Amino acid sequence: MGATPDRRRRECSAGLVLGAGFLVSACGGPQSALDPAGEEAAEIAHLFWVMLAGAGLVWALVVGAAVFGGRFQRQPISDRAGLRLILWSGAFAPTLILAGLLIYGLRLMPVLRAAEPALRIEISAEQYWWRITYVGAGDVRIETANELRLPAGRAAELTLDSVDVIHSLWIPSLGGKMDMIPGRTNRLVLRPQRPGTYRGVCAEFCGTAHALMAFPVEVMPPADFDAWLVRQAAPATPGGDEAAFLANGCGGCHTVRGTAATGTIGPDLTHLAGRSSLGAGLMPNTPGNRRRFVADVERLKPGVRMPSFGMLAPAELDAILAYMESLR
Amino acid sequence: MLFRRDTANMWTLITPPTVWALHFLFCYVAAAIVCAKDPSWLPGLRLAIAGATLLALGLILLAGLQAHRHWGFGDDLPPHDEATDEDRQHFLGFATLLLVGLSAVAVLFGALPALFITECVR
Ligand SMILES: [Cu+2]
Repeated sequence: MGATPDRRRRECSAGLVLGAGFLVSACGGPQSALDPAGEEAAEIAHLFWVMLAGAGLVWALVVGAAVFGGRFQRQPISDRAGLRLILWSGAFAPTLILAGLLIYGLRLMPVLRAAEPALRIEISAEQYWWRITYVGAGDVRIETANELRLPAGRAAELTLDSVDVIHSLWIPSLGGKMDMIPGRTNRLVLRPQRPGTYRGVCAEFCGTAHALMAFPVEVMPPADFDAWLVRQAAPATPGGDEAAFLANGCGGCHTVRGTAATGTIGPDLTHLAGRSSLGAGLMPNTPGNRRRFVADVERLKPGVRMPSFGMLAPAELDAILAYMESLR
Repeated sequence: MLFRRDTANMWTLITPPTVWALHFLFCYVAAAIVCAKDPSWLPGLRLAIAGATLLALGLILLAGLQAHRHWGFGDDLPPHDEATDEDRQHFLGFATLLLVGLSAVAVLFGALPALFITECVR
């Protein structure tokens, strides 16, 4: 009972402003559908704001009618007038509003599906990482993993598939969500506009490490992208000694192009050290994190198929990590 | 036939939603088959969906005219809750009219994607 009503009102509005600030600050960042960096995401964000405005208007009308009925209209209206009110505001008006929103939403579908992009990227979801293959002219295939790079201002066609369970690919800053279904190839066209680093995620629960199945998306100026792709196409130029890497069976699951490591069960490691994140968006790709990952992957990423190598002699682990470090 | 009935019953009541269900099945099943077998038939399919939509709306309109008659042309207001044959008829007629409205809107909404989608899968 201490605070005066006036003071309480002031505190309350200060709290509202602060809360709104937090809410608005949450709308930006590398993984926000409300802060679009590509044409598809911009269309979807626009659709959201139109829908929100429509919903706000309907809400205001309904609450307004309730207030009017409770405060001002004290006399009962006739049965016939009541029926007419129900018919118009309960049936006709919602149908017309829904029809308008439906047509507006459907209108977007051809836009989101059009175009014959020059760049095709095959993405295969596997528990719990992403196999990413750039398909260039003449069906040249350049495989990488867990990091997607796209040229700004150019359309890219992603063909999406899964090898185990249903996953879903979602890069909120660049476009809508698309399911990845075993035995079926889905298609998603993205036209990123603003260079930057964004975050993509798996948006369909797929197992224990579902929440740890993400990837950074780097939208680059087209010239930089072309140069990067040429570097990715080249085989590995390892500087370290590959003996420990091969002796411990790493090559049974991982490919390092140009070496004896040709496994295809796990991610391609040809240019591993050049990627920004480790373990499908799990953590920054630093030497310390690579050591933690190799030694203790089963604890860091439950359900992963790779065994932990923490039991190796320190010198052996050092040799493997030095080799990985050289895969630029 | 479920049309030109003197009295309303369960069958006249479910006629409009049944038309809606058949129209819905036709649109989606035919689209699935065409896109799986030969996407070049899609323009023809969109025309067929337009025809099926007109047919469905026509049948729903007929059901609506009949229901309006069973309702007694709106002489009596709801709720039709007396335990009399007349009120039973009026109730069934009125309920069918509401279903006619719902089914007509649903048929239109169900056909709308065919207006916008011009290709398979892509
Ligand atoms: Cu997943």
